[in-house]
Amino acid sequence: MTSYSNSNKKYSKILHETVNKNYRKRMIINKLVTVFAIVCVIAAIIPLGSILLEVVKNGASAISLEFLTQPQGSIGSGRGGVGPAIQGTIIVVGLASLIGAPVGVLAGIYLSEFAKEGKFADSVRFFNDVLTGLPSIVIGIVGYVIIVLAIGSFSVFAGAISLSIIMIPIVVRVTEETLKIVPYSLREAGHSLGISKARITLSIVLPSAKNGILTGIVIAISRIAGETAPLIMTILGTSLFFTGITGPVDALPLRIWRLASQPYESAHAFGWGSALVLILMILALSVGLRFLAQRRSFKVAI
Amino acid sequence: MTSNSKNHRNISSLFVMRKKRGDRLFYGLVIGAAGYTLLMVALVAFSVTRGSIDIFSAEGIGFVFQSNWNAVEGRESFGAFPYIIGTLLSSAIAMAIGVPISLAIAIFISEIAPPRIGTPLSFITELLAAVPSIIYGLWALFVFRFWVRDLIEKPLYDVFHGSIPFFAKTPFGLDIFTAGIVLAIMIIPIISSICREVMRVVPDSQREAAYSLGATRWETVRMAVFPYVKSGLVGAAMLGLGRAVGETILVTMVIGNVIGPGAIPTSIFSQGQTLASLVANEFNEASSDLHLSALIALGAILLVLTMGINIVARLLVKKKIKVSSGAKSQ
Repeated sequence: MTSYSNSNKKYSKILHETVNKNYRKRMIINKLVTVFAIVCVIAAIIPLGSILLEVVKNGASAISLEFLTQPQGSIGSGRGGVGPAIQGTIIVVGLASLIGAPVGVLAGIYLSEFAKEGKFADSVRFFNDVLTGLPSIVIGIVGYVIIVLAIGSFSVFAGAISLSIIMIPIVVRVTEETLKIVPYSLREAGHSLGISKARITLSIVLPSAKNGILTGIVIAISRIAGETAPLIMTILGTSLFFTGITGPVDALPLRIWRLASQPYESAHAFGWGSALVLILMILALSVGLRFLAQRRSFKVAI
Repeated sequence: MTSNSKNHRNISSLFVMRKKRGDRLFYGLVIGAAGYTLLMVALVAFSVTRGSIDIFSAEGIGFVFQSNWNAVEGRESFGAFPYIIGTLLSSAIAMAIGVPISLAIAIFISEIAPPRIGTPLSFITELLAAVPSIIYGLWALFVFRFWVRDLIEKPLYDVFHGSIPFFAKTPFGLDIFTAGIVLAIMIIPIISSICREVMRVVPDSQREAAYSLGATRWETVRMAVFPYVKSGLVGAAMLGLGRAVGETILVTMVIGNVIGPGAIPTSIFSQGQTLASLVANEFNEASSDLHLSALIALGAILLVLTMGINIVARLLVKKKIKVSSGAKSQ
């Protein structure tokens, strides 16, 4: 009897110690992970803060009315501005978004709501993934071979099509992922009301996934707005304003790249200025769409 | 009574018909859009094949393994090998730095930080995911490369004097290492904001279950959150890798742009060239059709490379899918 009680006590003590030791170890690991995460956040914020600081600091002094509206003066003179590049970016990106956003959302809806298990849906999903991972420079080559060579000149159209190819897979992916998060019970509720599947998708599923999809579209647009590589091969860049959809045009990223490789201080200042304009345009877009999303969701809420 | 019920039937059948027609139209639209994505893939395959056919018939498969790059007429000779190595090395550096940091940031924002800190932080990362690569490039060229040169490369050089082969090279700041770090900086906001979005999907009940079993925060993340969203996390990293491998303009601005056999990196601090950066550098100045074709062929190799990465990543994702929700329950 005594021996049993004794051994029990001993075991319980050992057990207690092991649990305690184990507990301490787990707590230490937990603390380490927390510290590591905080260090990583700080490490990421430093360069990112520096980028914004430099762009604002160097860019603000370059910006003036002349800078925003005039074509570039002679190289190295530091006169004129990047007016054609701003105009070109708005035109090319706008056109690309008009093609890319609807096609992307519809294809995403297909994958999430309509696709049956089978080869077609699988291959759409598979090749969409492939397209997502496709380097933008390859898409520039596509624009060059398919459109530029065919119509014989660098053009706005080639640029817009290329950018839309970059945009669509991003939108498709985000749309599908977001729609999948919408609980199935919402769709069941729609079915129980006897309404059509198109109506269920458009009036129930899409609105509840709207913010996610809009964020995806904004991410896609800001991505293509800053895209440089495909534009090298499609719109070429020019110092003149927009001449037509089949003519070459300038764009901010392209202009920044060209300016940065010139050996003049004034060109670099212009580059920083263009960078600030580009960031502000993207920011305005993102804030604007977010505002829109919030206002709409207020209306649709009930 | 009869007429009333007949009326009723008419209305309902009309309703059903309208419903069907609307459904069919909508179905046509969405399947058309899905088909359009396939068409684009076909266009990509077609144009890259067609553009690179000249060089592959001139150089054969040797194009992939040669390292000459000579565009002078009459002595044209092209090879892609140094740029393949440059691409792989710079992306490997970017992933090694970028993925753990992004994951840690996502964990911090979604699991550790109180909303008071997490919300502004997530706003910042979202904002920074939208910063175009050209701006990272501008910053890297005029600001960051001096940091790398003065803070990392010079001290390392002073200590080892180039005695460790992998780190040996005169510190300059425009090299594969800088390109890798800047790529990492560029993909961190992208990967971490996707990871965070994905982790937010995990229902709190999962976390509560883990906590109620006495799990620490890290154990909760590891055992309740990660398994739920593994495929999403791998997908996020995959997107980051795709961006790093294919990133053009940023790399062009900082990697040093060497061509020919000298572009095979002997250390991570040597100047290099990636497939994408060479295409960007020379595309508008291509001196002949063969030169242009060689550049497009570099694009083709890049395409195959990224497709390979995608397929491997996809297989991984497929294996790791554990929970799925939504319209199709599997």
